[in-house]
Amino acid sequence: MGSRRSDSPVVTSPTVDVPLPVKIVIAGGFAVGKTTTVAAISEIAPLTTEAAMTDVSVGVDDTTGAEQKSATTVAMDFGRIGLGDDLILYLFGTPGQDRFRFMWDDLIRGAIGAVVLVDTTRLVKCFPAIDYFEAQDVPFVVAVNCFHGEVAHPVEDVREALQVRPDVPMVLMDARDRESVRATLLELVQHALVRTAS
Amino acid sequence: MTVDDRADGLAARIRPYALTGGRTRGNQDLALETIVRTTPQGRAAQPRLLRESAHIVQICAEPLSVAEISAHLKIPLGVARVIVGDLAAEGLVGANAGANTASTTQNRPDIKLLERVLDGLQAL
Repeated sequence: MGSRRSDSPVVTSPTVDVPLPVKIVIAGGFAVGKTTTVAAISEIAPLTTEAAMTDVSVGVDDTTGAEQKSATTVAMDFGRIGLGDDLILYLFGTPGQDRFRFMWDDLIRGAIGAVVLVDTTRLVKCFPAIDYFEAQDVPFVVAVNCFHGEVAHPVEDVREALQVRPDVPMVLMDARDRESVRATLLELVQHALVRTAS
Repeated sequence: MTVDDRADGLAARIRPYALTGGRTRGNQDLALETIVRTTPQGRAAQPRLLRESAHIVQICAEPLSVAEISAHLKIPLGVARVIVGDLAAEGLVGANAGANTASTTQNRPDIKLLERVLDGLQAL
């Protein structure tokens, strides 16, 4: 139909093989276990990177004064999982506080989807994340953090309380347990596959 | 807060963007997960590069993301993006942005890529 699809990535180099990156966003309220989740499955100790608000707000509010360039910075924890020789999965923990939501557009661009971590004693903390991913049409799963397999409320009660659509997977997860975190990531990728295929 | 603390804080705020000539955007709009790897040309050029660029060319002998470069060099993401963008433009590093490009539907990984991720996670 006249439009030519470009298969070439933004940056290429013919002289070196560069693995393909994929990413999953780990979201949820402050201190709900995002970094614990990343640490449980990452092959490196979680790293921290710092972004200035101007990194992502250029074009929205053009701050020309140099003194404003570092007005707001936000630290993000992340980890990585090598999947074979040519694929690397990155897990990025979203900055906890609402006021750092300016980072989220950047984080979800190109992402497989998101895991929203829920602490049943502080349900309200995850509302901003769920609202955001629903509005942006990002595939996500809700992971109810449980310790030693114990959870205060049945998963379906949590779904009801969160008003999450029936097609959004809900899982119990122990953020400290590698297998449990892996199962959650598998659930998300399967969910993203179903949504992409339909 | 001592005078020295203030001086350090000021230097820390000003210096990163001094490295990039004040630019906050590179030639390439690099995603934080974009993977970077040094090319043979980059290895050859390392001795003549400025400190941060030389450091990037050195650590990216193994593939690293822009986010990892930012973390290892302790520079803000935006600064890492600009320096890596410049190195890529000169062919000193190769970069792979994955699904985070204009060519993919809604900037999402396609089915083929999702299946590879699924297989990879199952094999862990």
